Amino acid sequence: MKTLLVVLAPVVLFAQAAKDTCVECHTVMDGAIQRPALLIKDDIHTANGLSCSDCHGGDRTSDDPTVAMSRAKGFVGKPKRTAIPQLCAKCHASPDYMRRFRPQQRVDQFELYKTSVHGKLLASGDENVATCIDCHSVHDIRAVKDAMAPVHPLRLPDTCGRCHGDAQKMAKYGIPTNQLEHYRTSVHWAALKNGDLSAPTCASCHGNHGAKPPQVESVAAVCGSCHVLFAQLYEKSVHQPIFSAASGGGGCIVCHSNHAIHQPSTAMLAGPQAVCSNCHEPGTPGAKTAQQMAQWLDGLDAALKHSEAVLASADKYGMEVSEAQVRLGDGRENLVKARLAMHAFQPEEMHKPIEAGMAVAGETLRAGQAALHDKDVRRIGLAISVFFIAITVVALLLVIRRLEANGSGYIEPSI
Amino acid sequence: MTMNGKAMHWLDERLGLSAIREVAAHKTVPVHSATRWYYFGGITLFLFGVQVVTGILLMFYYRPTTAEGFESVRFIMTRVEFGWLIRSIHSWSANLMIFVAFVHMFSVVFTHAYRPPRELTWASGIVLLGLLLGFGFSGYLLPWNQISYFATKVGADVAGSTPVIGGTIARILRGGEDVGAATLTRFFALHVMVLPILTAGLIVVHVLLVQKNGMSTPPWISAARVRQMKFFPNFFLREAMVWYGALAVLGALAAIFPWELGEKADPFASAPKGIRPEWYFLAQFYTLKLIPSHVWIIEGELLGILGFGLLAVCWALLPVWGVNRAGEARTRLVSGAGIFLIAYLAIFTYLGYVK
Repeated sequence: MKTLLVVLAPVVLFAQAAKDTCVECHTVMDGAIQRPALLIKDDIHTANGLSCSDCHGGDRTSDDPTVAMSRAKGFVGKPKRTAIPQLCAKCHASPDYMRRFRPQQRVDQFELYKTSVHGKLLASGDENVATCIDCHSVHDIRAVKDAMAPVHPLRLPDTCGRCHGDAQKMAKYGIPTNQLEHYRTSVHWAALKNGDLSAPTCASCHGNHGAKPPQVESVAAVCGSCHVLFAQLYEKSVHQPIFSAASGGGGCIVCHSNHAIHQPSTAMLAGPQAVCSNCHEPGTPGAKTAQQMAQWLDGLDAALKHSEAVLASADKYGMEVSEAQVRLGDGRENLVKARLAMHAFQPEEMHKPIEAGMAVAGETLRAGQAALHDKDVRRIGLAISVFFIAITVVALLLVIRRLEANGSGYIEPSI
Repeated sequence: MTMNGKAMHWLDERLGLSAIREVAAHKTVPVHSATRWYYFGGITLFLFGVQVVTGILLMFYYRPTTAEGFESVRFIMTRVEFGWLIRSIHSWSANLMIFVAFVHMFSVVFTHAYRPPRELTWASGIVLLGLLLGFGFSGYLLPWNQISYFATKVGADVAGSTPVIGGTIARILRGGEDVGAATLTRFFALHVMVLPILTAGLIVVHVLLVQKNGMSTPPWISAARVRQMKFFPNFFLREAMVWYGALAVLGALAAIFPWELGEKADPFASAPKGIRPEWYFLAQFYTLKLIPSHVWIIEGELLGILGFGLLAVCWALLPVWGVNRAGEARTRLVSGAGIFLIAYLAIFTYLGYVK
C-alpha cells in the first residue's frame, strides 16, 4: 500500500496542478464573461503552463468560487488600465523569471513604455492611450512571429491604425489620422505585403514599447538605420543643415514624405512633380543641377534597357550572351550607385557611376549587336552549306542514274 | 606498273586489300519494299562518326571540373572559332543518333530481321543502344549547368533504386554520396574513354555480323526471288546521299536552334521547376512518377526499376520468344509488341514533356 502511494503521488499532484477551475467555470457561463475562457486556449501563456490566476490572482485549484476568487488568495479581478503595464512587467521585467521560458527575451519593455508617449500619458492619468493589451490583445496573446498576432509585421499597421486612424479618439491630441492610409501607398507596405517581413512597419521607425514620433534631428538617423549609405551622404550634404531647420519635420521626409514614401523616380528631380522645385525656382542653378542629374539617370536607365533588349533578342535566337547579360548587372549596379550618389547633391560625384554605367551599357550593346550579326552570318553560312550539300546530292543522284542507266549494279533473281 | 599501281601492290601484299575488295565487290543488298529501312543503320553510324569528330574537337577546350566545366563550355561557345557550331552539332547529333538508333531497332523488329541466324546481331544492337543511352546520360552532365546537374541527381537516385546493387551503382556513378566534382570527372572518363572504346568495339562486331549473315529479307518476301543491288557502288552512293542529307539537317538545327547552355550548376540552389531528363528517358521518368510510392509491400520506384529491367531483358531476348521452333518469326506477336512499345514510348514521352 505504501509503495502504491509513492508511485501514485506524482500523478495525483500533477492532476492537482493541472486543475483550472477558472477556465472550467467561465467556459460554461454566457456572454462577455465566457469570452476569456474561450480565447485563452490560443494564448502563448497557456502554452507555457500559465493560467488565469497568474495575472488575476486567486486559487484556480478550488471548486468553491468564494475561495477561488478570494481577496485573501490574491484575487485582483479585472485590473485597472493604469495598472496593466505594471502587471505585465511583474513577469516581463524579471530576467530570472523570463529566462525559464525564453532566455533571449528582452525584459526592458516596461522601462521603454514609461518613456513612450503612451506611457507618459498613461502616467498622467490618460486612460485613453495604448497599454500592453491594446497592441498584444488580451487572453489570446500570441508570439510576435505568429501570423495571427496583432503585432505580427503584416498586422501591426492595422493594429496601430485602429487607434491612430480614429479621428474621434485622436482629436484631443491634435495629430493627423491619415498615417495608415498613407502608409498603405508606400514602398514599405508594398514590400511587406509581398512577403518581405523585414520591410519597415510603424514600430521600425517609431519604436514599439518606447513608441514616439522621431524628432527632426533624428529622422535621418531613423531612415539611416536601414538606408545607411544614403544617410551618410545626406549628413555631409549641403541640404542637411537646411532641411534640419525645416518646420513640420525635416531630413529625408522633406523630399520623400514620412508615411507615404513612394517609389523614388527622376520625376522627383525634374518636371511638374519635382520636389526640388518646391525650393529651387525654375532657371536657378539648383533647378538646373537637378534637371541635369535627372537627365543623367534617365539616360543611363534608357541605355541599359536598350542593351538589355538587344541582348534578350540575341538570346531569343539562341545566341550565347550570358556573359554580357551578367556584365549588364554591373551597369545596373552603377545606376543604383548613381541614385545613391545623388544624395550628396554634388553632380561631379554622381557623374562617376553614370560614366561607368554608360561604358557598361555601350559594351553590352556592342556584344548584343555582335551576337545578332553572328546570327545572320550563321544563317548565311548555313544557306551556303546547304546549297553545296544540295549540289553534291544532285551530283550523286546523276552519277547513280548514269551508272544504272543500263541496269548495271543489279543482279536479277535466278528463279 | 605505275607509281599508284606499285603502291597498291605494296599495300595489298601487306594488308590483303584484294581480299577486302573481293568481299566488297560481292556484297549485295536486297531490293524490295522495305529496302529504305536499311539506311538507318548507316545513318546511326554516320552520326556516331560526327560525335567522335566533334567530341575530340570539344575536348581540346573542355575542362572536366566543377570550377571550370561550365566556363569552358561557355568559352567554346563564345570565344573559340566555330566552337558554337561544334558544340551545337555535337548536342544535336547525339539526340538525332539516339532517335535514328530507335528507328533502326524498330525497323529490325517490323521486318523481323532478328530471326536466326541474326540473334547475335540483334543482341549486339541492343547493347549498342544501351551504350548510346549511356553516352547521353554521361554527356548531359558535362556542361555542368543547373538543369543537367539536377537531372543527373534524379537519374543517379533512380539508378540507386535498383535492388541489391542499387546503392553501389549510385555510389560508383556519383563517386560519393552526392553529385559533385567526383561525379563530373567520372562521367567525363566514361563519356570520352570507356563508352567510346566499348561502342567502337561493338560496332565492329555488329557490322561484321551484318557482313557475315548478309542483309535480312522480310519473311513475307522470298529471298530467292528478290533482286539484289551491289553494295559498291550502287547502295554506297545512295547511303552517301542520305548522309549528306543528315549533315544538312544537323547544320540547320545547329545554326537555327543553337544548343543552349543555361545557368551554371549551383548545388545549394533549389531544384529548378519542371526538372526532367532528356527526352529519351522521359517515358521511364513519367512512368516512375505515376507509380504510387508503395504497391503492396514493394516500394513504387523499386517496382518501376524491376519492371524496366524485366522489359529490357525480354526485349533483348526477342530472337528467343519472337520465333517458333521452325525458326520462323512470330510476326503478329512481335509486330503487336513493337506497336505497343512505340505507343507506350510516344505517349509517355509526350505526357512526361507536357506534365
